[in-house]
Amino acid sequence: MIMRHLLPVLLAPWLLSAALANPYETTLDNGLKVIVKEDRRAPTAVHMVWYRVGSMDEVDGTSGVAHVLEHMMFKGTPTVGPGEFNKRVAAAGGRDNAFTSRDYTAYFQQIPRERLAEMMALEADRMRHLTVDPKEFAQEIKVVMEERRMRTDDDPQAKLFEQMNAVAYQAHPYRRPIIGWMNDLENMTAEDARAWYDTWYVPNNAYVVVSGDVDHQEVFALAREHYGALAARPLPARKAQVEPRQEGTRQLTTKGPAELPVLIMGYKAPILRNPATDRDPYALEILGGILDGHDAARFNRKLVREDKLAISAGVSYDSTARGPGMIYLYGSPSEGRTVAELEAALRAEIARIQQEGVSEAELKRTKAQLVASQVYKLDSVFGQAMEIGQMEAIGLSWKDVDIMIERLQQVTAADVQAAAKKYFDDDALTIGILDPQPLAGQPRRQRVPTRH
Amino acid sequence: MKRLLTAAITFLAAQTALAGVAIEHWTTTNGTRVYFSAAPALPMLDVQIDFAAGSMFDPADKAGLAALTRGILDLGAGERDETAIAEQLADLGARLGGGADTDRASISLRTLTAADKLPAALAVLTDVLRQPHFDAAILEREKARTIASLKDAMTRPDSIAGKAFWEALYPDHPYGRQATPESVATLTRDDLVDFHRRLYTAGNASIAMVGKLTRAEAEAIAEQLSLALPAGTPPDLPKPPGAARARTVALAHPASQAHIYLGLPAIERGHPDFFPLLVGNYTLGGGGFVSRLVQEVRDKRGFVYSIYSYFAPMRQTGPFQIGLQTQRKQAREAIKVVRQVVGDFVAKGPTEEELAAAKANLSGGFPLRLDSNAKLLGNIAVIGFYGLPLDYLDHYRARVEAVTADEVRAAFARHVRPGDLVTVTVAAE
Repeated sequence: MIMRHLLPVLLAPWLLSAALANPYETTLDNGLKVIVKEDRRAPTAVHMVWYRVGSMDEVDGTSGVAHVLEHMMFKGTPTVGPGEFNKRVAAAGGRDNAFTSRDYTAYFQQIPRERLAEMMALEADRMRHLTVDPKEFAQEIKVVMEERRMRTDDDPQAKLFEQMNAVAYQAHPYRRPIIGWMNDLENMTAEDARAWYDTWYVPNNAYVVVSGDVDHQEVFALAREHYGALAARPLPARKAQVEPRQEGTRQLTTKGPAELPVLIMGYKAPILRNPATDRDPYALEILGGILDGHDAARFNRKLVREDKLAISAGVSYDSTARGPGMIYLYGSPSEGRTVAELEAALRAEIARIQQEGVSEAELKRTKAQLVASQVYKLDSVFGQAMEIGQMEAIGLSWKDVDIMIERLQQVTAADVQAAAKKYFDDDALTIGILDPQPLAGQPRRQRVPTRH
Repeated sequence: MKRLLTAAITFLAAQTALAGVAIEHWTTTNGTRVYFSAAPALPMLDVQIDFAAGSMFDPADKAGLAALTRGILDLGAGERDETAIAEQLADLGARLGGGADTDRASISLRTLTAADKLPAALAVLTDVLRQPHFDAAILEREKARTIASLKDAMTRPDSIAGKAFWEALYPDHPYGRQATPESVATLTRDDLVDFHRRLYTAGNASIAMVGKLTRAEAEAIAEQLSLALPAGTPPDLPKPPGAARARTVALAHPASQAHIYLGLPAIERGHPDFFPLLVGNYTLGGGGFVSRLVQEVRDKRGFVYSIYSYFAPMRQTGPFQIGLQTQRKQAREAIKVVRQVVGDFVAKGPTEEELAAAKANLSGGFPLRLDSNAKLLGNIAVIGFYGLPLDYLDHYRARVEAVTADEVRAAFARHVRPGDLVTVTVAAE
């Protein structure tokens, strides 16, 4: 996802967190769902508005418009002038920001608890009354282009990941970068942003999440007061855009100033759709923990520490998304070692699990980490709201988190081995390589031979 | 990396304070200062041990020693090798963290407080404090990884700019000294063992704890951790940094954006001008979307995605820094605007309206700085390590509220003379 001001997560964390004691939810007459997680430890609260629309809902030619509109949401309404939103939040002692992902767009304020009503008034206002002023748009699109330069164009690893998606997906919109192609940004108009807003920013396509030192009944009442009057409107049909089955390995190389080569191997992988009955996504989550869940997990122990073949090596898999999934193996070879050697070593680790399975100790260890993380996550008021919001965004509910934790606990060594056999299939593989280029005047690191 | 760590720590420090945070303080029998805040809501403990063992203590020809010493500290200790440490912590669901910045080397543990978890996790930490192996083969491996990472960092415009910035600000002080592939290559096991022996001592440590513990339990834990260390005393500090020479460093790079830093050495931790500078900087470039730098450079001109300014008070004179990135062809124009904004602010200070807005946010938003155990721990660790008053958090809001526009102007006049600013650019045309 892309935040308006903060850094995005390039690859999502591998474990979903879970178990909530008390969320409360209600749905207003206009379709706006409100979910409240009470956490009375400190006199603060988080207010979030999530829209069920992200970059995957864009079409070719206007890639990046979801994120551009997110920027424009701070540029004023008839009653709140440009930049005034940020000023009012700041005056309340708050901090605010927003983020756009493939699957959703969300806005939040972290505030002293007593300022919640003001935040709701502000968010309700811009939910239906945004001014997309062409002059403001002309300035802000420049900011977004600078953002793209910073995040992607000048970051060889980010560029590699962008290319990975563009090659791994052909039909599904996940092939387009969230921030948009530069040329699409150059051609974007205020009307594009306006159309996006008019189509998707309605209460029946949104939900509110509040966590912190609040009473849920009071929050429900405030929500009815501020959001209740906004009119619902039918949404366009969303057509499934199923990625055709991949039938053969794809490979790409990008170049950029760097010292270390980077290898990413991405395999098409399942996504959790039915938390109570699905099996494979849970097995792959646990597999990710066994390979890369701690410093002595298999990848780091074998490839970095014992064989000194890699500077780093890891796994990334997120079983939750609106669209299709992938599991990524990645790393950088040590000086004097090659990308081809690293690829062979990553494959060997997968083969070892396919042939020999995993130990009970490894399984138990990964589950112990999972259990502890369920306590640790409760330390963050913001994190608790994020979890609720992300579950909703993918069409599940916070109520599913307990089920998911329980199902993760039930994964067996045989499940992990079976998933390893099923999904690490060369025909579903996309290989991306960053071929590092020396800066002018510096010696070139040895060439990166690959065996493809 | 150094730059980023410092920024993170500044953030914490500027974040300090909520009236009513009870910090209990005592000293262990072995001479370690302890700072504890009970947080009974969640069955977990965060503990952090800070040593004055950051990169400012690197010998002149051994830049990178502090970081490498801390990096290897927990890769084998007592009866456990590096694998056993990682596996046992994972089995317990515990996490070991920390790192080294310019001033501090830290080691932290987050663990559940259940009876079958807490003592076992503390036993691992205690061993790491008592008897780290500094295994020779692991050292060679980690040196190779560090050198590879340093080489990679020196291809990136932000890292190149950060390194040049610190070198330009601190030409004659360890704060300006950066690890290089060459300096790391010369480090030996004897160097690490000696650095560790001198600086990882009970008398040179402070312990911060937040979690579900009684005072008696906290005392017992602090005692156990402290006794794992030799007694020792704090090291002498280097001669304080002098003023930087105003100059411009322009480095080439093929990036599409120029990376630009402006700054100078400003104040140390505990400086009486801290609150006027904090409040003033909110208006200049610290207040996120509402600061003058964001309004002028981002909102009005669309030059940047990110622009900020901050003070990073450190053990000795830490920097004032402005950072931005913009298309390489408009770098000059952007720097011109930045200089105008800074010059105007230093000359005239904030308007009454701006001053009130700064106070409203810094004071009103104060509870957000302490609303998790992790945030509390960060604040308490800073108070302990830098010896700030125990009631620092209690008075934070009042001290923010008391700042006047005249004090802001006077403090900026003392510490941020625009003519003294060092400018570093990478990839500017």
